Amino acid sequence: MEYPKDLKYTESDEWVRVEGKISTTGISDYAQDQLSDIVYVETNPPVGESLQKGETHSAVESVKAAADVNMPISGVITEINENLADTPELVNTDPYGEAWMVKFEISDPSELDGLMDAAAYEKFNKEREH
Amino acid sequence: MTEPLIYELSSPGRKGVSLPAVDVPETTLPEGLVRVELPLPEVAENDVVRHFMRLSQLNYSVDTGFYPLGSCTMKYNPKVNEDMARLPGFALTHPLQDPDTAQGNLAMMYALQDWLMEIGGFAGVSLQPAAGAHGEMTGILIIRAYHHDRGDKGRNKILIPDSAHGTNPASTTMSGMDVIEIPSDARGNIDLDELKKHCDESVAGLMLTNPNTLGLFEEHVQEVIDLVHGCGGLIYGDGANMNALLGVVRPGDLGIDVLHYNLHKTFSTPHGGGGPGSGPVGVAEKLVDFLPDPVVGIVDEGDEDKPPLYGLITPVKSIGRVKAFHGHFGVILRAYTYMRMLGKSGLRAVSDYAVLNANYLLAKLRDTYKVPFDRICMHEFVAEGHWDDAPDIHALDIAKRLMDYGFHPPTNYFPLIVPEALMIEPTETESKESLDVFIEAMLAIAKEAREDPDTLKSAPHKTLFGRMDEVQAARQLVLCCRPSYLDKPDNK
Amino acid sequence: MTYIPHTDKDRQEMLAVVGVDRLDDLYEAIPENVRFPDLNLPDPISEMEVTQELQALSEANLEVFHTSCFLGAGAYNHFIPSVVDHTLRRNEFYTAYTPYQPEISQGTLQATFEYQSLMAQLTGMDVSNASHYDGATALAEAVILALNHHRGKRNKIVISPAIHPHYRQVVRTYTQGMGLTITGDEKCETEPKDLVKMLDEDTALVTVQYPDFFGNITDLSALGEAAQASGALFCVVINPLALGMLVPPGDFGADIVVGDGQPLGISLSYGGPTVGIFTTKDKYVRKMAGRLVGETVDSRGQRGYVLTLTPREQHIRRDKATSNICTNQGLMALASAVYLSVMGKQGLRRVAELCYHKAHYAAERIDALKGFTLWNKHPFFHEFVIKCPRPVAEINERLLEWDILGGYDLGQEYPDLKDHMLVAVTEVIAKEEIDDLVAALEEVSND
Repeated sequence: MEYPKDLKYTESDEWVRVEGKISTTGISDYAQDQLSDIVYVETNPPVGESLQKGETHSAVESVKAAADVNMPISGVITEINENLADTPELVNTDPYGEAWMVKFEISDPSELDGLMDAAAYEKFNKEREH
Repeated sequence: MTEPLIYELSSPGRKGVSLPAVDVPETTLPEGLVRVELPLPEVAENDVVRHFMRLSQLNYSVDTGFYPLGSCTMKYNPKVNEDMARLPGFALTHPLQDPDTAQGNLAMMYALQDWLMEIGGFAGVSLQPAAGAHGEMTGILIIRAYHHDRGDKGRNKILIPDSAHGTNPASTTMSGMDVIEIPSDARGNIDLDELKKHCDESVAGLMLTNPNTLGLFEEHVQEVIDLVHGCGGLIYGDGANMNALLGVVRPGDLGIDVLHYNLHKTFSTPHGGGGPGSGPVGVAEKLVDFLPDPVVGIVDEGDEDKPPLYGLITPVKSIGRVKAFHGHFGVILRAYTYMRMLGKSGLRAVSDYAVLNANYLLAKLRDTYKVPFDRICMHEFVAEGHWDDAPDIHALDIAKRLMDYGFHPPTNYFPLIVPEALMIEPTETESKESLDVFIEAMLAIAKEAREDPDTLKSAPHKTLFGRMDEVQAARQLVLCCRPSYLDKPDNK
Repeated sequence: MTYIPHTDKDRQEMLAVVGVDRLDDLYEAIPENVRFPDLNLPDPISEMEVTQELQALSEANLEVFHTSCFLGAGAYNHFIPSVVDHTLRRNEFYTAYTPYQPEISQGTLQATFEYQSLMAQLTGMDVSNASHYDGATALAEAVILALNHHRGKRNKIVISPAIHPHYRQVVRTYTQGMGLTITGDEKCETEPKDLVKMLDEDTALVTVQYPDFFGNITDLSALGEAAQASGALFCVVINPLALGMLVPPGDFGADIVVGDGQPLGISLSYGGPTVGIFTTKDKYVRKMAGRLVGETVDSRGQRGYVLTLTPREQHIRRDKATSNICTNQGLMALASAVYLSVMGKQGLRRVAELCYHKAHYAAERIDALKGFTLWNKHPFFHEFVIKCPRPVAEINERLLEWDILGGYDLGQEYPDLKDHMLVAVTEVIAKEEIDDLVAALEEVSND
């Protein structure tokens, strides 16, 4: 299970990467492993829409489960990963790279303080398995 | 063993049916509205018969063998029911003919409403809902209408135990209400302390499955009901598990305000490969006026010389129609036939032997399969399909291996609160011998899990088809045979 | 005991294994004060007796075999080839459950895939689900799909008054907790072109029936274009049998097609069970409620079928599911698939044309009667409206003396159409029966 150190994580298994004003988000390696073979990814809000922290931007489906993917922090959508519609399996093979879901402009940088770092998220996952 | 698609059997110009000539002067067809292409198959009657005959042979069914599918009550479907539903005097009646000319239908429906009221302890019944989930939505809409009618419009929450079937929250959302999930306690009952936290004036009701999906009768049922009633909410009963309660306890006597019955589970109507079902709803006195439109009632009591006259009546505060016409009449008629034959003592015996069969299986399997909430069960129970000393084996593998032994597997991965769940419901129509053969298979599989796990992982072996690639089905959606499909060489 | 195989010896042995003395001891978890109520139910009877009782009860009904049935209004008396019921009586079809275990359910799964294919092609759409309860609930599900498609941001439904009254009532029942505006059906004479004006940026769905409830068939292209321009989804309620000869709604730009499959090989059975048809475009497939069967391969490389896209459904998504529906109308969908297979390309067209010609012959003859006027202003399929000189109920009562089941009294649901009768003519009606109806109407009007 991979936990890249440069990312922040939520308890609902989203990761966020901050690069200047723009952030990128997707679901974690742990989440894709739990869901198993992803067969579908759908991102709903259009570019330009402003979403609050915790609001749903995407839905992912495997053959036996479905999950909503939420905004790790508030922001305005600037880009959507159009590739995932045709190649949802990228979520399984490269959750932190090619399978990013949306990019957004951060509304309130202070919200980042409420997220977990890699070590904390790894610990969080180990604990909930028991 | 692949059977061609009906389209693949088609040859241009072939006919399957003979039809009469036009015996009236012909009229010009409407200009611009006549279709050019009608892409239907062209096959002979014999082709159609053999095709569907061969398809049927690829199915496992109750009439093939033991089908212990938990929460589905796969009991034997009496053959007389089928014949009664096809009597021309019933099957050839039109839903909109004058009720005075359909007194046989209405008398039958009235009697069934009456019996369901008696069995459930209710003051009114609607036969209109088409299935259990449809009955659930009907029930929630009735609860909503009741609160609104009293001017109590702030009640928007429905409390649902975490062990509930997924239809409960889905029906609630469809009715425009919010779902609040209530966890179970260590004995599989609703957690009373958690429940108390949520009981306030925003609660419209609680959905109770009793016996619950673990096959257990709620030990604190009275406290649960009193708590919800105490804060002004109503109790919705999911009647999916009524097979354990016939003549044993009436949900209405427990304080349940609305309940749906599943005629296709409890009252022996066939499941039809996924329908048609029928999900009548029973209600307490205060909710009778809100039932769906219409119900069957007596419009003229009659006297010694004249039988009562039945009619279709709109309840005064009805939530409205939930489907066209009068419900699944053909299914209702099958259930009537069954209840009429079994009568009072026969219906009680149904529950007695359904519960006995489940407890017998539980007693014989509990040493081999872990049973997480182990006490006297009702008509079904949940075991875990997983062992620490056979870590690679999952409930799914056990289910698939059971097919090799000639059984339909139990329900697996439900309820969600038990990991690797195997939910087993034998029903009363299975003999001791049939249960014993199943027990032997279950014990043999538990042994194989340790000694020969690969055989389980790759099961089934003896069926005509192996495990299906569900990932491919979902990633490369093929939901329809189109002309282009037939052009592909590998599909010819 | 009926259908319970246990002998006394079995019972004793099994109770001993369970560890209780009597059957009553199995119920100790149930509060004692309500345990074992004394129910007021009839005593058991034998199979022979029940058949006698039900035979007698069935004979208290008027049925359409011994009458000439001109009553339709959403349920039609058609010829059903023997093959259909022989297939429905296959035990392996009717006593199976939902095909959750595909290895031993390929019969149901492939038949359902064929049903989906037949319905998609008949309606001119991309995909069909495995069916809904009936036409009315299918329309309600179409409304919910449209609301979800617009993510709750559009809250108006435009609905034609010429959609079956029960269907419109069911839509209102389903959506009563959703705060919608449902409009368009206030006046019975509102036509599809009049609905165009009602479309706006709050409209989630516009829906019409084709042929409509009064039998009319009109070109719906303009409404389809207007719907698209406004962003509303366009749903057409069909009679599938009429599509044996009519341009399918897919050609009019329909986004969703729904209807009741009863005319396709399903007996009247007092209105149920039937099957709810639901077809749509590829782009809405994941928002479509209900079961879906998809093609795949098994571990041995054989073509096979499975339930697919199940995560949309209630057992996984729970309160976020597309709908609460968890079954389809399996056996009724099978009936339609067998019917369409045996009728085939030529047979279905022929049945549709027989209905059309007979209905027009009947309409022309009745319209020529003094006091009776054909109300339809458009071409119609196999149903038409007649303005009558007397209340329809009175006429129908008299027609029964001629062994004729008269048409539907439109005044029951449309106050403006008092004394208007909706007459249906299907292929089972012979010319002589139409002539008898005409003679009877003439006599009744002269009373």
